[in-house]
Amino acid sequence: MILREILLDHYEYPHNHKLTDSPDFREAHMASESCIDDIRVQAKIEDGVIEDIRFDGRACTISTASTSMMTDLVKGKTIEQAKEIMDNYFAMIDGREFDETILDEAIALQGVSKQANRIKCATIGWHGLEKLIAESEEDNDGK
Amino acid sequence: MINTEIIRKDFPMLDNKKMAGKPLVYLDNSATTFKPNRVIDAINDFYHNYTSNIHRGEYELSQKADNAYDSVRGIVGRLINCSEKEVIFTSGATNSLNIVAYSYGLQNLKEGDEILLTLAEHASNVLPWFDVAKRTGAVINYIPLDEEGRLTPEGLKSVISEKTKIVAFASVTNVLGFIADVKELCRIAHQYGAIAVVDGAQSTAHIKTDVKDWDCDFLAFSAHKMCGPSGVGVLYGKKEILDAMVPFTYGGGSNARFEADGTVILKDAPEKFESGTPDMEGVIGLGAAVKYISSVGLDNIYEHEKQLRDYVVRKIKELGNVEIYNEHGDTGIIALNVKDIFAQDAASYIGSQGIAVRSGNHCAKMLHNVIGVTETIRASFYFYNTYEDADRLVEALKNCTIENCIGIFF
Ligand SMILES: Cc1ncc(COP(=O)(O)O)c(C=O)c1O
Repeated sequence: MILREILLDHYEYPHNHKLTDSPDFREAHMASESCIDDIRVQAKIEDGVIEDIRFDGRACTISTASTSMMTDLVKGKTIEQAKEIMDNYFAMIDGREFDETILDEAIALQGVSKQANRIKCATIGWHGLEKLIAESEEDNDGK
Repeated sequence: MINTEIIRKDFPMLDNKKMAGKPLVYLDNSATTFKPNRVIDAINDFYHNYTSNIHRGEYELSQKADNAYDSVRGIVGRLINCSEKEVIFTSGATNSLNIVAYSYGLQNLKEGDEILLTLAEHASNVLPWFDVAKRTGAVINYIPLDEEGRLTPEGLKSVISEKTKIVAFASVTNVLGFIADVKELCRIAHQYGAIAVVDGAQSTAHIKTDVKDWDCDFLAFSAHKMCGPSGVGVLYGKKEILDAMVPFTYGGGSNARFEADGTVILKDAPEKFESGTPDMEGVIGLGAAVKYISSVGLDNIYEHEKQLRDYVVRKIKELGNVEIYNEHGDTGIIALNVKDIFAQDAASYIGSQGIAVRSGNHCAKMLHNVIGVTETIRASFYFYNTYEDADRLVEALKNCTIENCIGIFF
């Protein structure tokens, strides 16, 4: 599939696009970064591994597709691996050097780095994940 | 009649500018307007030829600045039909509305009093009232809008009571662009002993304002939405109300004398509300802007906007893929969505075609209760827009498919 089809596909049929009521999940409600997108990201993080991750909400193509791709990329990964993916993704969106092999389909979003006003859309779900990882690390520090 | 070919020569921003590699079509005039050379020159003249602080110097330069600054009160007074003593310079409509809320509102409201707003108001005519209500124990209620989102006298009559102390509404709303019957609304407010606060941010530059005829108690507006500079605006208040009000900002310029024991003698309105060195060049630019739009003529401006709107609405309806939320709007504002496409995606695509429109909730965050959607695209036309601009928008809307919206990232 060519990249734009991948992007469209993630928008029209987003992956892991269903929230859960399970108490095993933490949730980040991302609604204050802009007045438009409003999404929730949920992750089940156990023993340093992202066992499951989901999202839903009102969002544009870029926020939906970028969050969908993120869930694919980090599901089943350790926090360390997820952080490396995040670092590379943020580097790509900032227009800096990054490792394409790590980002898989998410490289379809490389063009967002040239549309400054849409960077928030491409990172909202990822910032949600960042928040959930930070929270889970804080909890573990406390233990 | 407006000859856009001639008018457009007055605006540097309309001189062959490009956006995304295409000739720029600017349709975000409700957010801010372009500035004609006369405004830019007036500001430059202050910088180049008579920079000095007003009201403080006995020397010629300062007097020249004084005269230029003070003369704008009369210029604004002629535009809206009030005395120059009733024109307070502020940093914009937001600041003006905050002065009304925090000076008038805090002083005069008490527990159980009612403030009436509408769900179509801009944040700046809502949030100060929320806060003042919280501090005073006053309650906020909303005047019901009709099925199209229009504020009507009947709507006001259906909720107003003796408890109502303030009725605050926009003379032209910023998403739907409906013109309110300000005169009748003020009359009803006064019948019940309430004061009428009019947010004129979207109206002063588009329709004739006559505060005497309207009989409003306050009117707020910004210079940047009327071809003037940003960072400056006006609060009109009836003289007797301003005289009874105390300011909520203090500092130099607003007082005649003060003593160690705490005595302060304030100047009269409007000066008592203007503490600190004001945006002098901004006010001077505002004066030039008011003169400019007056020379174009508000009747001409309105007629041109209305003709363009009727034309573009007709064309857009023929497309079939666009939903318009204010088909019967009164001004150059058109709120729409391309069917099945998120407003921000569509606005980005339209932007990639060189056309500036806005997407989102446009600071009217309660309006979704009325129109049923949280985000819209807003195209707003002004007197310097042309039929070609309208056609470019229609063409972009026609091609606004999800594939094209995504295509801009590749
Ligand atoms: C209806 C309305 N009121 C108030 C404002 C606030 O104006 P400013 O941001 O210039 O203070 C706006 C600006 O968008 C507006 O549209």
